[in-house]
Amino acid sequence: MEKIPILKLGDLLLVSIQVDMHDRLALALQDDLTGQVVKHKARGVLIDISALEIVDSFIGRMLSNIAAMTRTLGAETVVVGMRPAVAITIVELGMALNDVHTALNVEKGIALLESLIREREAVEAHEGPQP
Amino acid sequence: MKVLSHETLPLRQPEDVVLVRNKVRNWMQEEGYRLIAQTRLATAVSELARNALDYGGGGVARLEKVQNGSREGIRVVIEDRGPGIADVEQAMRDGYTTGSGMGLGLGGARRLVDEFEIWSQPGQGTRVTIVQWR
Amino acid sequence: MTSEQANPIAQVLREHPQDLLEQWIQVQMDAPWVRLDLIGEAEIRAQSAELIELLGAACQSGNVSDIQADEWGRVRDFLRELSRSRATLGFSPTETAQFVLSFKMPLINMLRQASPSLDMQVWQTMWQASVLVDDLALYLLDVYMTSREQVIKRQQMELMELSTPVVQVWEGILVLPIIGTLDTARTQVVMENLLQAIVETASDIAIIDITGVPMVDTSVAQHLIKTVTAARLMGARCIVSGIRPQIAQTMVNLGVTFADITTRASLADALAYAFAQLNMRVTRNESS
Repeated sequence: MEKIPILKLGDLLLVSIQVDMHDRLALALQDDLTGQVVKHKARGVLIDISALEIVDSFIGRMLSNIAAMTRTLGAETVVVGMRPAVAITIVELGMALNDVHTALNVEKGIALLESLIREREAVEAHEGPQP
Repeated sequence: MKVLSHETLPLRQPEDVVLVRNKVRNWMQEEGYRLIAQTRLATAVSELARNALDYGGGGVARLEKVQNGSREGIRVVIEDRGPGIADVEQAMRDGYTTGSGMGLGLGGARRLVDEFEIWSQPGQGTRVTIVQWR
Repeated sequence: MTSEQANPIAQVLREHPQDLLEQWIQVQMDAPWVRLDLIGEAEIRAQSAELIELLGAACQSGNVSDIQADEWGRVRDFLRELSRSRATLGFSPTETAQFVLSFKMPLINMLRQASPSLDMQVWQTMWQASVLVDDLALYLLDVYMTSREQVIKRQQMELMELSTPVVQVWEGILVLPIIGTLDTARTQVVMENLLQAIVETASDIAIIDITGVPMVDTSVAQHLIKTVTAARLMGARCIVSGIRPQIAQTMVNLGVTFADITTRASLADALAYAFAQLNMRVTRNESS
């Protein structure tokens, strides 16, 4: 079965979606990513969607879900490279994806992830580890 | 409205949704539609095709190049023979869902296209017709 | 020809307006160019009846050739209004012209009946020639209008692009100064250009300056909000600057809030905010 590869880089997981996502593939990625976050104790997830020409409500929901799930598992998620036409369409569809962090490209995404992880570690050091 | 050419594609599995929306995009690309119009219509088609598959048990998508006077456009008719929608107005509202989606399918699709028409009869099926003008 | 000696056209119009109307409606309804999707039969009938009446009145003057003359003023007014309304409805120029041209058939039919001595053969040939020339003229009109519309469309696009340049004022900071009235179409193009420029320059911050915008309506405000949201989805931040007090008031009255959007009174304030966000500072040299 086709699968979207997940790369591990230090405590980050990198996903670059290069194929047209149908719903089963999106659900598989969601399962796969959360599994890998737990397995590698990852602190950050970067999803590059610069190759995606269409993001409908299902894929939007997948991105939202991944962000929420990885956060519960101790990792921050940043989505990078959304195309202008895709961004406009998502807004008109009525999705804001307010809970998803975004960055313009992979480089800026990694910088953002690092600062989010630092923030989180500071909070955790202050409050003690999360249950 | 004059139909210049048309093509009918089946909607039986999730991959078909991708095929249909890509076909719409390719058509519009060849005809020189603006990128934003391509993305809008293809995304709306994706939402409606998924509905037909998930709630209507599959169906067909009919793609048409149409002309109305001097205006050119792409019309897509998505049809299923599923259980139909009892309350169309309610189903059009954002957030309404009986399935796993965000409930933005119908209402969202309507916002993306120039023309939107829905017909549904409980027990007979649902047909949605959308048009994007050049 | 004098007015005492009634002109046959004037006579037909005066004596058989009802027959003319019925025949004309028939012709229009059967024509391939009829646009019942844009206008109803009742309205076509009303307009046709009015034109027959106005034509009759104008022809009574005895002048049936110079439609620029004063007697034809009301006919010209009527046609001007008809043309304007059909253009708004979406009729093409040829479809609009067909309305008048299609009156030729009933009118000539009635004239022929009034002179039974006319040779059928001759009449039919003349009719054919007349229709042929009409069709050629209409075709010419159609082609002419199409090429002119293309020119206008291209110029509109060029104007839109010209009127709103996206300027990179610093590494990572774009400014989009908008000057003049924003309508929905222009706003859309402007916003798409801005988002495209954000990708191309990998800019983190985009300042939309609306100091030069005299008025903002709800749909333009919605577009502004959508653009800011779309930019956020792409990973950039937008600042809206130069919202004039009147615009702020209108927006509050319209119920549009910029709650989730960073706004600044002036472009300078927005720029200072952008520098701060990017951890940059502008300092003055100590004079030595």
